[in-house]
Amino acid sequence: MDKVVHSLREAIELAGVKSGMTVSFHHHMRNGDFVLNMVMEELAQMGVKNLTVNASSVFDCHRPLIDHIRSGVVTKLCCNYMAAGVGRAISAGLMDTPVEFRTHGGRPADIVSGRTPIDVAFIAAPTADTMGNCTGKIGKSACGSLGYAYADAMYAKKVVVITDNLVPYPLTERSIDETYIDYVVPVEAIGDPAGIVSGTTKITRDPVGLVMAETAAKVIQASGLLKDGFSFQTGAGGATLAAAKYLKDIMLRDNIHGSFGLGGITGYMVDMLNAGCFQKLLDVQCFDLKAVESIRQNPNHSEVSAMHYASPDAKSAAVDSLDVVLLGATEVDLGFNVNVHTDSSGSIMGGSGGHSDTAAGAKLAMIIAPLSRARLPIVRDRVQCISTPGSTIDVLVTQRGVAVNPARPELKKALEDARLPVCSIEELKARAEAICGTPRAVRHGKKVVADVIYRDGTVIDQLYNVE
Amino acid sequence: MSEVLKPASAGTMESSDALVELEPAQGHQIQLTSVVEAQFGDAIRAVAEELLDRFGLTDVCLRIDDRGALECVLRARIETAILRAKGEN
Amino acid sequence: MRRSMLFLPGNTPNVIQNGDVLGADAVIFDLEDAVAPDQKDAARILVRNAMTFLDFSRVETIVRINSVDTPFWKKDLDTILPLKPTLIMPPKTSAAQDVLTVDAYMSQLEDKLGMARNTVRLIPLIETALGLENAFQIAAASSRVAALFLGAEDLTADLRCKRTKEGEEIAYARARMVAAARAAGVDVYDTPFTDVNDDEGIRVDTEKAKSLGFTGKASISPRHVPVINEVFSPSQRDIDYAYEVMEAIRIAKEQGRGAIALRGKMIDAPIVNRAKQTIEAAEELGLGRSDI
Repeated sequence: MDKVVHSLREAIELAGVKSGMTVSFHHHMRNGDFVLNMVMEELAQMGVKNLTVNASSVFDCHRPLIDHIRSGVVTKLCCNYMAAGVGRAISAGLMDTPVEFRTHGGRPADIVSGRTPIDVAFIAAPTADTMGNCTGKIGKSACGSLGYAYADAMYAKKVVVITDNLVPYPLTERSIDETYIDYVVPVEAIGDPAGIVSGTTKITRDPVGLVMAETAAKVIQASGLLKDGFSFQTGAGGATLAAAKYLKDIMLRDNIHGSFGLGGITGYMVDMLNAGCFQKLLDVQCFDLKAVESIRQNPNHSEVSAMHYASPDAKSAAVDSLDVVLLGATEVDLGFNVNVHTDSSGSIMGGSGGHSDTAAGAKLAMIIAPLSRARLPIVRDRVQCISTPGSTIDVLVTQRGVAVNPARPELKKALEDARLPVCSIEELKARAEAICGTPRAVRHGKKVVADVIYRDGTVIDQLYNVE
Repeated sequence: MSEVLKPASAGTMESSDALVELEPAQGHQIQLTSVVEAQFGDAIRAVAEELLDRFGLTDVCLRIDDRGALECVLRARIETAILRAKGEN
Repeated sequence: MRRSMLFLPGNTPNVIQNGDVLGADAVIFDLEDAVAPDQKDAARILVRNAMTFLDFSRVETIVRINSVDTPFWKKDLDTILPLKPTLIMPPKTSAAQDVLTVDAYMSQLEDKLGMARNTVRLIPLIETALGLENAFQIAAASSRVAALFLGAEDLTADLRCKRTKEGEEIAYARARMVAAARAAGVDVYDTPFTDVNDDEGIRVDTEKAKSLGFTGKASISPRHVPVINEVFSPSQRDIDYAYEVMEAIRIAKEQGRGAIALRGKMIDAPIVNRAKQTIEAAEELGLGRSDI
């Protein structure tokens, strides 16, 4: 026997998807994903309605979801991140049921505990064998880690693997094994390689970004955490990645041997591993080809599930052992609360992802953000959305000063002793407004379009429609 | 006293800049497109009114395509367009 | 202390508004080569507004005006001088008369504005063969001249030689500029290094300028600024030695000794002066004595 089913329709019927059920997807195919659209289109044609889609992230390639919502195929969305194209439609008030935003750790915790049960999980697998052993490390659509798919595969009632590289049994280099898999569907393509991973993740050339990155590296150095055994996570965007470059220079110069790098992994973190800055990489998602190649070849570069990465319910998760995390923000308020869900007008354009998980776990959680973007100050009285609570954020680094959370006086002193440009967050706000002017508060509508669920399960904030 | 204005423009569509276009019209009107309309739309219109007033322009159409320019940048672009329209640049 | 001067194109708002956070000791708002002839008016007003409304107190401000053989330079000064930039940079300065022409007009404006004479000083840009040969006369032409600045791109075109990364072709120009400026008692700044991606090249080029006696160096890229600042800052060895000198003097004074030796070398007035300058510079930069 094998589990191969030759059409997606047949697999969906065998899995028994019916109106009112929950289907799930993972986002390692990122903005190149074909699988979510392919499955939802099939479900729509089958006349299934009233579905809950639980996707670890929603990208703009998933815009067809908007039509499925309009036609009643989808009536509820759960995700950890939503790109701006779909976000705008949600913020316009498209859905009657609010979107549920979770974190990369909170989502698997809720799946494992049964708080958000999944009826059928669809796993996009760059390589799978006929019994469903699968991996993301090889195949034409290779994406590297499949970290976010583990909870779905292990806890959904039925699991369908969709692959564009079906290989004979057994695939021993598997990530997720056959014991969890019900059906395997071979298809032409599960994604567009150009959208799955970028060729190389380039460090910003923006001079202001580089100034902030260099300051951030100095903050890490001054914090006292940068010593042998150091562990580190950074984002893939702009200044946070550039900070890794400066950090690498310091670590090599001072001969510091770190322990591990964590999270979504870029080629830059791979370079740090290979240069001896870290012993290991723990990888929940690969961002570029270099990271994919490394996870395939280097035994010190290992895949972790989202539970292992960040689950608040796990007996321990990797974020709990993290020294420093560098994070971005669209807004930070006087209480150090951070918004990564919406733009300054309140329209959805992101999500927590691992933001609040790593901020809660790391000994030093740093935000890097320019003091203003397009005349909009970063520091506000109150953020449009509390994505990550200020109690878990230690430092805000901007190009015009570094603000330390008042709850961390010893850190403030250490940064002052290192002659870093420390000031209060109120001063940063004043500096921003002196340059930009004071923006008028944006009015939002009365309809709740999303609940932001913190990793402990509480609704930390609600998003309203944008008029 | 009316004077002869010629159509003029100043600025660019780059981020943090604004493209300002001015032409003679009956009465005066300001057309604003801005990436920060919600937060600064009124403030930008007020600056435009103030400058038109200061240079004594009553019969003009002023179009501003704002890409998040700071107020001092907006003022520079509007003033440049006005001076060009008046042939005083 | 002015080690680095960073050029900012005068008609580019997003560069200008963050120009003061890029680490340079001085920024140069460029109204000349970075601005097309039909945008001179726009750049002039933009720079005026930026200097009026934004806070550039963390840096020195220099404005490169258009040269005296263009129709723009007087209007540039009319617009900019009231804002009291630290320095005005007149380009293509070829003779003392060029300085005197600008100087006279600036004096006229200062009088009109009720500003003290010489409130704003000059850093003539020397970038012609004639200017190079007249460098001392240019530096000594007016008490308004605070420094000279070598521009090697235009100079090498005028010399009809190829501009290279190694800079052998400007060896004479560099040495001549330093001698002329020092003879006139003013500072002297080296030409920018133009390869933005050559991190090793900028260091070699800057060290060469430092070794020749330049006060600092200009840059067209923020990426070059940290290297320029580092090379033109006192080294840890210099700082430690300076503190040792001052310590030796203090002890000698306590013991009532006149002649003082440190490591077998007599400490005379020039050594003490240099030590004081080094410590002053180090304190300004927040550098201290190394832990022993």
